[in-house]
Amino acid sequence: MEVVLETRLFPDLSDDQGGESNPPPRQLQAGVTLAGRYAIQEVVGLGGMGSVYRARDMHFPNVTKLVAVKEMINTAPDPLVRATIVQNFEREANLLATLSHSAIPRIYDYFSLESRSYLVLEFIHGKDMEAIINDVNGFLPEEQVLTWAIELCDVLDYLHKHKPDPIIFRDMKPSNVMINSNGDVILVDFGIAKSFQSGIKGTMIGTEGYSPPEQYRGEATPMADIYSMGATIHHALTRRDPRLEPPFSFSERPLRRINPSVSPELEVIVNRALEYDPASRFKSASEMRDALVATARKTGALVRMGPQTAPVKPNGVKPLWVFKTEDEIRGTPTIFQGSLFIGSYDNNMYAVNAADGKFQWKYPTDGGVVSRPVVLDGNVYFGSEDKRLHVVSARSGKVVWTYFTNGPIRSSPRIAEGHIFIGSDDNFLHAVNLNTGRMAWRFEAGEPIRSTPFVMNELVYAGSESGDYYAIDFRGTLKWRFHAKRAITSSTTGTPQALYFSSVDSTLYALDPRNGWVIWRFRLGKASISSPCIADDFVFVGASDGFIYAVETKSSKEIWRFRTEHQVNGSPVIYKDSLYCGSVDGNLYCLEYRTGRLRWKFGTTGAITGTPLVYDDVVYVGSTDHQVYALLA
Amino acid sequence: MNKLFNWLFGSKSSSTTKTLDTANTAPLTEQQLQAIVGNQNPRFDLQQLVSAAGQSVGKQRELNEDSLLAITSTMAGNSGNLPFGLYIVADGMGGHQFGEVASNAAIRTVAGYILRKFHSYLFQIKTDTMDESFQEIMLGAVNEAQKAIQREAPGSGTTLTAALVLGQQITVAHVGDSRAYFAYPDGRIETITRDHSLVKRLEELGHISPEEAENYPHRNVLYRALGQGEILEPDIFTIAFPQPGYLMLCSDGLWGVVSEQDLIRAINESPTLQRACQNLVTAANIAGGPDNISVILVQLIG
Repeated sequence: MEVVLETRLFPDLSDDQGGESNPPPRQLQAGVTLAGRYAIQEVVGLGGMGSVYRARDMHFPNVTKLVAVKEMINTAPDPLVRATIVQNFEREANLLATLSHSAIPRIYDYFSLESRSYLVLEFIHGKDMEAIINDVNGFLPEEQVLTWAIELCDVLDYLHKHKPDPIIFRDMKPSNVMINSNGDVILVDFGIAKSFQSGIKGTMIGTEGYSPPEQYRGEATPMADIYSMGATIHHALTRRDPRLEPPFSFSERPLRRINPSVSPELEVIVNRALEYDPASRFKSASEMRDALVATARKTGALVRMGPQTAPVKPNGVKPLWVFKTEDEIRGTPTIFQGSLFIGSYDNNMYAVNAADGKFQWKYPTDGGVVSRPVVLDGNVYFGSEDKRLHVVSARSGKVVWTYFTNGPIRSSPRIAEGHIFIGSDDNFLHAVNLNTGRMAWRFEAGEPIRSTPFVMNELVYAGSESGDYYAIDFRGTLKWRFHAKRAITSSTTGTPQALYFSSVDSTLYALDPRNGWVIWRFRLGKASISSPCIADDFVFVGASDGFIYAVETKSSKEIWRFRTEHQVNGSPVIYKDSLYCGSVDGNLYCLEYRTGRLRWKFGTTGAITGTPLVYDDVVYVGSTDHQVYALLA
Repeated sequence: MNKLFNWLFGSKSSSTTKTLDTANTAPLTEQQLQAIVGNQNPRFDLQQLVSAAGQSVGKQRELNEDSLLAITSTMAGNSGNLPFGLYIVADGMGGHQFGEVASNAAIRTVAGYILRKFHSYLFQIKTDTMDESFQEIMLGAVNEAQKAIQREAPGSGTTLTAALVLGQQITVAHVGDSRAYFAYPDGRIETITRDHSLVKRLEELGHISPEEAENYPHRNVLYRALGQGEILEPDIFTIAFPQPGYLMLCSDGLWGVVSEQDLIRAINESPTLQRACQNLVTAANIAGGPDNISVILVQLIG
């Protein structure tokens, strides 16, 4: 008994299962524009309560942004029931809007029109797992299924750990798993339909064959998803559809009797997930995931699951807009109130409209601008190779004041406690009063400071070209000093537990912020001037050996490394579950930050040495091809 | 006065005061007063480590093959305040000869190596920073101990759980199935190490369930131990000292027989760390004391 709305986002409807093939009433026709925004292209799926359409989002006129529009037709005659249905729909949609995971489609919008409610989701190019199982000759390779299963456990773990209440997916099965064009899994159908069904008595929510015994009694716990996970792997490896078999009969169809190529280790895991008694299954999705990973390591499947295996469409990404300056862009942009600020080696600081890339103003200095601007109280602060720190109005681009140092400025300003901290090639770290524009103090470093100062716990931290690393208090007094073997051009990122930066001595360092003791050192392949960033328990950094590294903060163990075609001198950033980083090979890379798997890359015609900026689902990045690009994240 | 009282606490207080006036109260004993004063959690300006340890041969063994080491030091002055501590538990393997020699060699070698490394930086005036990281020093110490055991007691083996505390950082080196825990005053307790035991591995691989693991016949079999094998891969990691909270190191003679709830209760309900260690050892002996028991408790205050 299927009671949920199917989401099949692949165009071929011919292999749709029976029972859902009755077309719902009054389908939208191609060419209709919903809510003045979503231009319907075609029906891509049918469900119990409406259709799923592919549509184009007309708010992006310069780029074809496709979305999936899921429709729910409210046929309840009673006005109170109708209102409840819409409320339930909106509550669920709001919940989904808070989810952020690479294996969950993003929700862009939802709205109700008369008796219909609509959900606008990320459109997934790909095929569902059930279709893949049906289309393959023979059995799917174990390593393939293992990879998917690990990713699915990962997303289940994410859902089960949702706060304040765990989310139970309740309907894990191959037809609810999409495999996108990168080969990654996407979990579809988040049970919007379930709340529509909640008033119906005696209805089991879920799918017979995949659902565990207790779900028939109306219980839904994380253990139920574990069981369905086991059923899904079993189906994928045996090609025996559990809907066609008696319920809970998996033990009568042992994996390895049907498909002897499956490893005994994996069979043990599947059997444990399919235990009749929930208490005998894995305690959590993460526990099951760990067991799968251990098996993958043992059987060698994980080795073959390298980051490079996913097929990626080259340059499938089109920029939203491009803005051209007169010379190389080597630095990093900043966004403030709809304007993007970026410096260029044509000596100008530019302000462009972040929405469409239209020129707003430029402010000329007498030297190249590599410094990343900072915006505070309507003013833009940045350094220039003309030796000055410039402060200009964000709105007009008119100068407010400037501050002279005795050397070119390549460091970026850091503002804290009423001061601007910035390094200069005059070998000093400058502290400038924010109100007066006058020097509060300067600290002599012996050699140029090109890194961006980092401020935490009333200390200013900065590395210098001599390899010295300084912790200075707000009065300009040295608290402690650390010495690396070569220059520290990389800027620091820190937590109360540790400061992270890399050095030209080919090392990524973790220092104790209180006293400068070295907690760990991680050996990079070559020199690095890339500034690290942190997410979860990982620290990410690039190096001139062409790799982007992910290292565990606690143990300094390498989690993954990703090879680009040239030096990685720019710095990575994390946004949602992706890592964005440029390379001298000209590409901007978007990777899944937990696995290092390539999502997409975008080629520019020059080296990328700055850091991308991601804001509101748009990535902005400058290139030495003189241009700044805006791309959908 | 009563007016002020009302203004401060609202008009209902007048009836409350009456009840209080007629209530029978007894003066607090000196002991109770001391306990209340002691619970006020005085604020320390000086950051320091405090520690205690407990050990027992147990009820069923004749030989103590466990070894433990606790070094707690405080240095404070104008140039700063750096708590430094080193805590080690090693459990010599019973199935092998000279388990007690192996565990003893392990703690001496590791402590000697680490103290030599830090000596010049802690106790001599030296402005340069160390050229090795905490984690590299720990790895060096473990490798040194591996060699020492193979030299002093070939064929024997031991677990090793060592915690180096410097400031607020704990760097742990771990091999085998002794454990390090974080225990919190609110009743939470978490294991921060991962057992290198066959039973845990089978559990991790999904071959046996946690319930089966409880009664697994070969619970004492380790797949990784100091002194055994050519290549040794210890787990080494650095984490922040829990504040408020305790670091506990112990051998399986304690964690194998006393439940986590009883561990945390013994820690939180004892007036001092020394008493807590005593109570933990007693709890393990009451539970049968099948193995040697070692425990170290550490707290960072200030």
